[in-house]
Amino acid sequence: MTAPNTNTNTNLNTNANTANTTDFAIEGHGDISVGVTGAGASGDGSASATRITPGNALRPEDIALEVRRGTAKPAKDVAEYALRLGDDALILAQRLGHWISRAPELEEDIALGNIALDQLGHARSFLTYAGAGLAEEGQPAKTEDDLAYFRREHEFRSAHLFEQPNGDFAATIARQFIVSNYQHLLYSRLTQSADDTLAAIAAKAVKEVDYHLDHSAQWVLRLAGGTEESRRRMIHGLTLMWPYVNELFDDDSLTTRLADAGVAVLPSSLKEDFDRLLGEVLTEAGLETPNVPQSLGGGRDGRHSEHLGYVLAEMQVLAREHPGASW
Amino acid sequence: MATQNLQSVPAELSPEELEAERAGQKYFDRIIAEDSRIEPRDWMPAAYRKTLLRQISQHAHSEIIGMQPEANWITRAPSLKRKAILMAKVQDEAGHGLYLYSAAETLGQHRDQMTEDLIAGKARYSSIFNYPAVTWADMGAIGWLVDGAAICNQVPLCRASYGPYGRAMVRICKEESFHQRQGFEILLELSHGTPAQKQMAQDAVNRWYAPALMMFGPPDEDSPNSKQSMAWNIKRFSNDELRSRFVGMMVEQVKVLGLTLPDPDVRFNEETKKWEHGPLDWEEFKAVLAGHGPCNAQRLERRRQAHDDGAWVREAAAEYARKQAEKEYAA
Repeated sequence: MTAPNTNTNTNLNTNANTANTTDFAIEGHGDISVGVTGAGASGDGSASATRITPGNALRPEDIALEVRRGTAKPAKDVAEYALRLGDDALILAQRLGHWISRAPELEEDIALGNIALDQLGHARSFLTYAGAGLAEEGQPAKTEDDLAYFRREHEFRSAHLFEQPNGDFAATIARQFIVSNYQHLLYSRLTQSADDTLAAIAAKAVKEVDYHLDHSAQWVLRLAGGTEESRRRMIHGLTLMWPYVNELFDDDSLTTRLADAGVAVLPSSLKEDFDRLLGEVLTEAGLETPNVPQSLGGGRDGRHSEHLGYVLAEMQVLAREHPGASW
Repeated sequence: MATQNLQSVPAELSPEELEAERAGQKYFDRIIAEDSRIEPRDWMPAAYRKTLLRQISQHAHSEIIGMQPEANWITRAPSLKRKAILMAKVQDEAGHGLYLYSAAETLGQHRDQMTEDLIAGKARYSSIFNYPAVTWADMGAIGWLVDGAAICNQVPLCRASYGPYGRAMVRICKEESFHQRQGFEILLELSHGTPAQKQMAQDAVNRWYAPALMMFGPPDEDSPNSKQSMAWNIKRFSNDELRSRFVGMMVEQVKVLGLTLPDPDVRFNEETKKWEHGPLDWEEFKAVLAGHGPCNAQRLERRRQAHDDGAWVREAAAEYARKQAEKEYAA
């Protein structure tokens, strides 16, 4: 990493409006222009300080563009795999989004919101890519929104852990701690995928999940080592989430085929590292791995718990009221 | 400033203290006269401190309470892109609240106290957030009108005489510009969408227009504190002046949206060169401010509940930090 990234325009163009004296709301710091010619107000619609190009970061829109150009066209298997990863992230984002404005501290409103936003970004990339491989022959690619808003419960491929209710803060942290350990290992390995798009999405995602992992591990330590109540709640939260751990590491014919081809990561191959890394934090926190029976799972085949229906009902209600509308 | 006398100085000061007060006042007056900045360690009149503390904390509370009507739509946003934008926006608002609380803390009050005052119903926040966000189009109208009005109010505050406040406002205004733009874009998309979507957009504009205009505060003749704030270089333009400018901008922008403002009396007065609007219901404004709005109780209860539910988490974090410090000390 020696060459500076010259593509990233970080020029905060705050002063472009100062020459325009037609209204007062400029003064270099903010404006209420709307970037539409003829909309009046501040004149130069490009003067917003927030127009920073995303540089080389991979955005879902970039993938959508490749899909439209036909340069990103996953085989059905790959699309199915991307759908699983996308659904995991989407359902978790939906759950975490509920915390915003309800967290124990403003800092946590921001942190949980940020994690939700990251997960949603990953979901959008995976789903956009999946959609390109899931359309019927001769039909246009399915969009991220087709997949998010117009599939039914049994068509979702997320694992059960992601749809578990938020519970209290400790339960949310427990879920996040398990997820982050899993996703961090998964995305780290997936950066080596033979599929360039999956590798690129993973490369961006793993950097973000690194923070999620740090955040959740810190909270596991704090809650376990804080007060009697927080310790009790942390143990309870872990116990609630633990039955859904093994499903994350179940192999099936799809992942086996794709792993053989160097495209996917064989879930079971992550388990040893997962146990070790997660165990290190639990040991430091003085916690034990919960001794609870593992749930059967089935999310990858569309068999979900009762929770997902409610998650989807809320998420999809408006989009389904206006089918075909654009937003 | 000549308007700043020594009224706020308690009588029982020693001669030395009195002298220090006089010197402080002199310095303060000079800074204000030069339109320069007061910093946290500078001497300032007690009334200036109190006014700022009230204004900044109210502003912070408004950001925090203002998260709620929008958070209400995060889980139901109709596209993933809109969901991401909305999440980022509400997150920005939490950030604004945080740095405004920090700015207020430089005046000597702890954030915990401000939070206590808020959830006890003792502190005020922008009354507009006591209206419900009932449709998706409200996300557009809040961004376009409410954030738009907020920017008109806040851009001049970037030059406020109190340094930490002015500097906090610089960043806030940058983000607010983006919020306003995204609100406009939501409405633009809706107004060019299906008839039902366009209707939804017009309905939202109809409901948010008057409350947004009232965000600038009471008419000038009914705003007794404005004069002092302007003398202190905290406030730069009068309520009516800002309101008129805002109306002028909305008049143009609503045309691009293909929608209308619910105000047949909007006109440009050629004589005064100012935009004028129809009558506003200041009785309703006062009633909502006094707690009679549709959502006052709900907004406060939600904040209270989040605070109460999170108490054990904050206690745990504090206790853990204490234990860690103890360990470090022992080692």
